[in-house]
Amino acid sequence: MIVVIAKCFPGRLTLDARFLVPVDPPAVLILFGPSGSGKTTILRCLAGLEEPDRGHIRFGKETWFDGAAGVRATPQVRRLGCMFQDYALFPTETVAGNVAYGLSDLPPKERKARVEEVLALMQLHGIESMKPAQLSGGQQQRVALARAIARRPRVLLLDEPLSALDAPTRARVRGELRHLLKQLAIPSVVVTHDWGEALALGDQMAVIGGGQVLQVGTPQEVFNRPQDAEVARIVGIETALAGRVRETVDGLATVEVDGVTLHALAEEDVGPDVFVCVRAEDVVLGHGGTGTTSARNQLRGRVVDISSMGALVKVGLDCGFPLSAVVTRSAVEDLHLSPGMPVTASMKAGAVHLVPRRDAEMR
Amino acid sequence: MNWIAIGLTIKLATMTAIALLVVGLPIAYWVSFSRWRWKFLIESVVALPLVLPPTVLGFYILVAIGPHSPVGRLYTDLVGHPLPFTFEGLLFASVLYSLPFAVQPFASAFDQVDRRLIETSWTLGASRVATFFRLILPMSVAGVVTGFVLSFAHTLGEFGVVLMVGGNIEGVTRTVSIDIYDEVQALNYAGAARTALLLLAASYLILLAVYAMNRKVWAVWPQK
Repeated sequence: MIVVIAKCFPGRLTLDARFLVPVDPPAVLILFGPSGSGKTTILRCLAGLEEPDRGHIRFGKETWFDGAAGVRATPQVRRLGCMFQDYALFPTETVAGNVAYGLSDLPPKERKARVEEVLALMQLHGIESMKPAQLSGGQQQRVALARAIARRPRVLLLDEPLSALDAPTRARVRGELRHLLKQLAIPSVVVTHDWGEALALGDQMAVIGGGQVLQVGTPQEVFNRPQDAEVARIVGIETALAGRVRETVDGLATVEVDGVTLHALAEEDVGPDVFVCVRAEDVVLGHGGTGTTSARNQLRGRVVDISSMGALVKVGLDCGFPLSAVVTRSAVEDLHLSPGMPVTASMKAGAVHLVPRRDAEMR
Repeated sequence: MNWIAIGLTIKLATMTAIALLVVGLPIAYWVSFSRWRWKFLIESVVALPLVLPPTVLGFYILVAIGPHSPVGRLYTDLVGHPLPFTFEGLLFASVLYSLPFAVQPFASAFDQVDRRLIETSWTLGASRVATFFRLILPMSVAGVVTGFVLSFAHTLGEFGVVLMVGGNIEGVTRTVSIDIYDEVQALNYAGAARTALLLLAASYLILLAVYAMNRKVWAVWPQK
């Protein structure tokens, strides 16, 4: 799916975005950006709910939008599955009625069978005759997703799919959603501003800032190698490495990354394969550093490069794996940091975040 | 009591309310969903019968459907007799007179429907018409019933428009309110009082039903 769109909101934002959604094989594209960056508007343009000023949207051989040729496909004919931030469940319909809503062109028998199938897939049996108001947040989210996938959409559009959930539910549902997206194998576009969601769900990630696509790559690439300071500021996390959980004791996980052992808080059950994420500003640099501190992770490494980011300085390290740190200019001077120099990097266990990673065979 | 007038009035009110369902729902849909910048012009016209004296409204309708107007001539050519001082003419006038009582509750019910629900319905393949009947109308039941009942009740008591357009023909255009006027003119206060009481009771009961239906909290019903 090719998307080239522009739309001007006078005084607020000028949207000018171009990107691809991989369809064959189907992939999950993350639109990542702060609020007000235009990512929801992009999603609404894809759905046909909003009209760009210029550009085109093509899906395979179909043209969904072409500003110059005057082509505007309605949302109805695009055959998408949409899930909005607050789910937009139909309050007058039951759970089963919501799921069946998009299936009115099927004969009754097939419709019933498809509803059954989707209810089973989304584990909604037992609540199918309830009204949305009676459901918990997690259940509402599953119903909204069930309704979106029931008519076998060609593209799935999810706007902040987990943001309306409370934190413990979010972690669980994130895992469920990840498995579901792989199982469905429908090209998907997911809008989020949460790096955990981006890493857990995305195959590709487009960073959106000020209405423009700033960088495209796998989530890991983007987090580890933001192409400029603006992307780095938006993604806010500089190190995301594939790791494996060795053991979890009393909520403290021991993780191995490229042969180096790290300690992290295990806030949720993340499974053995994880991304280990560290924000550069959480990394403390020092010399020698054999003294006992409260930081559970003390890594010996070497300075690889030093680059200025205004008042701060980004220091690239090699600790057996690449690690980024952000420190002040005066710290660099006090520590006499220069490339090739040995240093100790410390991080509290709470600064090392674990995000579930897809099983190797699914990649 | 003049049962002929009562029967005629109920027939007129019922047909007016039904006609307003047919005419009022599309107008209300347009009023609620149109993004046209001059929409307020049409909204004001729809609300006009609320403030206009019934005699003024009646006068214009009389002129508009009279034998000297193009509409009146066309009707006379088609049907064979002129529209004023007939039941059909009265029905036409009543529909215009009660228009805001139907359109405004309909439109405010439509306004309450979250636009994201409507957009979701479109993305699920439902056309605009299907979305109206499957989503918007079921969500607006209370407002639609309110508009139906209010236009019925409002038509029950109309006087000025009936007199201007319908005249006072027994069994054709003599409604309850005109009957009361006639009784008073004939100094038959007892007869007028009985009919007036009936109209008062009917109007009160209807409004009671409307307000009870629009109540958010049901004290007398168990919470589900």
